[in-house]
Amino acid sequence: MRLGVRLWGRLGGAALSLVMVAVLGFFLFRVVPGDPVVSMTRGRPTTAAMQAELRTQFGLDRPLHEQFWNYLTSLLRGDLGTSFTFRRPVSEVILERLGPTLLLVGTSTVIAVGLGLWLGVRAAWRRDSAFDRAATGVSLTLWAVPTFWLGMLLMMATGDLFPSRGMRDTDTAPDFVSQALDVGHHLVLPSLTLVAVVCAEYMLVMRSSLLEEMHAPYLTTARAKGLRDDLVRRRHAVPNAVLPAITLVFLRFGLVVAGAITTETVFSWPGLGLLFYDALTGPDYFLLQGLLVVTAGAVVVMNLLAELLYGVLDPRVKVV
Amino acid sequence: MRVKLCALLAIAMTLGMATPSATAQGPVILKVAIVQQIDSMNPFLAVFQSSTEINRLMYDYLTAYAADDQRVTEGLANRWEPSPDKLTWTFTVPEGKKWSDGQLVTAHDVAFTYNLMLNDEVARTANGSFVTNFASVAAPDDRTVVIRTKAPQVTMLALDIPIVPRHVWEKVPSIKDYANDRMPVVGSGPFVLTDHVAGQFIKLKANKNYWRGPAKYDELHFVYFQNSDAAVQALTKGEIDLVNRMAPAQFDSLGDKPGVTRNKAQGRRFVELLINPGAQTRTGEPIGDGHAALKDVRVRRALAQAIDLDALVQRVSLGYAEKGAGLVPPVFGKWHWQPGEQELRKFDPAAANAALDAAGHPRKADGTRFGLRLVGRAGRAYDEQASEYLKRQLGDIGIPLDVRLVSDNQLNEATTVATYDLAFSGWATNVDPDFVLGLHTCAQRPGADGKGGTSDAYFCDATYDQLYARQLSEFDEGKRVEIVKQMQARFYDQVPAVVLAYENALEAYRSDRFARFTTQPAQGGVIMAQNGMWGYYGAEPAGRAAPPSSRGPALAIGGLVLLALVVVGVVVARRRKATAGERE
Repeated sequence: MRLGVRLWGRLGGAALSLVMVAVLGFFLFRVVPGDPVVSMTRGRPTTAAMQAELRTQFGLDRPLHEQFWNYLTSLLRGDLGTSFTFRRPVSEVILERLGPTLLLVGTSTVIAVGLGLWLGVRAAWRRDSAFDRAATGVSLTLWAVPTFWLGMLLMMATGDLFPSRGMRDTDTAPDFVSQALDVGHHLVLPSLTLVAVVCAEYMLVMRSSLLEEMHAPYLTTARAKGLRDDLVRRRHAVPNAVLPAITLVFLRFGLVVAGAITTETVFSWPGLGLLFYDALTGPDYFLLQGLLVVTAGAVVVMNLLAELLYGVLDPRVKVV
Repeated sequence: MRVKLCALLAIAMTLGMATPSATAQGPVILKVAIVQQIDSMNPFLAVFQSSTEINRLMYDYLTAYAADDQRVTEGLANRWEPSPDKLTWTFTVPEGKKWSDGQLVTAHDVAFTYNLMLNDEVARTANGSFVTNFASVAAPDDRTVVIRTKAPQVTMLALDIPIVPRHVWEKVPSIKDYANDRMPVVGSGPFVLTDHVAGQFIKLKANKNYWRGPAKYDELHFVYFQNSDAAVQALTKGEIDLVNRMAPAQFDSLGDKPGVTRNKAQGRRFVELLINPGAQTRTGEPIGDGHAALKDVRVRRALAQAIDLDALVQRVSLGYAEKGAGLVPPVFGKWHWQPGEQELRKFDPAAANAALDAAGHPRKADGTRFGLRLVGRAGRAYDEQASEYLKRQLGDIGIPLDVRLVSDNQLNEATTVATYDLAFSGWATNVDPDFVLGLHTCAQRPGADGKGGTSDAYFCDATYDQLYARQLSEFDEGKRVEIVKQMQARFYDQVPAVVLAYENALEAYRSDRFARFTTQPAQGGVIMAQNGMWGYYGAEPAGRAAPPSSRGPALAIGGLVLLALVVVGVVVARRRKATAGERE
């Protein structure tokens, strides 16, 4: 019974967060300076009547409260509106970009998490060794490097080996294998950039939390039982040290949907991060609103999942 | 066993990757970098410059601008005649021109396009300004289009409206909802749209039915770049063949690259420094918060005199620009105006100081007269660097500048509601100067609600407006040129803005793949962003022997990286087992 109440409480909290995001999304982007109609028509022979027509088409001629009401009712119907920039339904535009983003940021996050946790565990287990010092030093250096700069540098340093932009070439053969290999080829540099920059985060968290466990009496007991060092680490130390990293991983998975604005911009990767960037230059209100709802929604859902999973991963959480 | 399988898979992938995806026997493709999104492929809705450039390739207009000297030439119509009262224009669409699906182009297609715009407000979204003065359009037969205008209009040969096929578009139920993405899209231009993936690429094929003859290569691909540094990198690597809108430093960096040829062209753009002359709406209400002193033309002239335009060209544009004067850049030769010896405002800080003293703005104890705000765009190299020079030069005449570099949107907002004293701006101009001249008329200021304006200079001058109206109905070109020059002289004299420079268009292409491009105009002209499609249409491949950027070796290396990863994984796994065993 208590579990049910707690579950409903958490679900209610998540739903409330989503409603607040939806409301915030409308007003937040109305504060962004700039008139989308003026931005769109700048540099073209335009009459006042043409500008007025565009405002009517996008519903920008109506009072703000009416626009807000239309936005809310449409949102409830699952309609995110029409993008000014692409002149297509926002949901269609977002859906189109979701795949590339999940591919890039998802792949990079999985690699960064795996590599970061592995490095963190190794570094902590052999504290102050050459490996520890090298891994920590390199990770911290890459963490401190601006993503934009690193991306451009990799692009120049790798010469002709990897493509400079996008997800695929325009003249690749249409069969599945060729397309898949082409996408994989294009994926290397942007995902390398992302992994290099965010890996340190997981590594340092894992390293510090494992270090806290290193002298715990239960590890001595485990060794006294005759367990191999490898097993002591894997079965006893790491499971106890992994919780902070799990929190971080879930937060990061929630943000996967938000894309990686800088990396996507450097490599012109057609994902949601790049879409966000383009939407802001309008400003494309409906697209920005839609993107906020989708990305913030993903974070809320992942947080909810993380909270529910804690109980499974660590029985102590249930008691608290 | 698992290890062997992994290794086999990796080798298979390596071999697969090593196979070039496009063979040397494949189609000849021109790949072009674009940096702006496409808003729509529907020519009635597309307003972005990139979209209109693609539209120019898909559809012919009624008339065109020649590549060599930009004179009006044959488009879909090959003859045109105004009536004696200049209110009726008769265009002739010759026989033999076909749509890409093989159907004949007739006068009915032209009349259908214009009438659609006259009858449907949505169809006027992109190009409505061109038909505002139309009273009626009719096609009495297959060859003749008759357009009646409400008032004489000299720009009837500058109608930048793509003509669409009636047999396709008459079935479109709602222009607003039509994306025009049924591939291949039927058109009359030199290329046919065959594929478009938003944010990634646009593919066009040479139109075999094009009345001027098909292009000399097979396909034209536009690939989207979000950042120009990456586009320049891609050009040097051979991933793309043509790039424009380069910054001077990027252009210089390509100087010694083998297989790359640069094109320093006279551009259609000018950069200007707006001086808020006391902005007002169309109804005469003050708008914004410009400094009161700038309402005095003597002060504006003094500011202009204190700016060293030569220094800006040499140090900010690195010589890739020409010194500014009138509103029409020198690339449009006959319309361009340069001040005579009497009118010329030479860089003279001493004279500017004296003029400010005489205008009632003496220096205060601290040496300053009054401060001004300068708004520019953050991230635009020109604004960032030029603002430093202006700060120093105007500081020398006792006017300290408060420089605010802001986002594009903030800059647009500041100029739209006139909350600036000085601001950087700039416009791209067309072959016919009507657009850029019209921008600075009283009617282009915003309405009482602060909306609907297209001017950012807030210039309103009766003399200028009278000249504007006269040139619009002057059908003798020599006389019209004279009026246009008088207008520019008036603008220069009243200084609502200082035209700082005419920027060069900096382009580069892979000359090992494409031997030549048609520039507009022939001497010193641009390849991309023309008033036409000549740059792409006239491109000539360097020879079929040159393969379209073979990616075999690169892909093989990609496969090898993958293989290396697998091998490292296997070694680590084996080592781990060994360690565990030893410790046990």
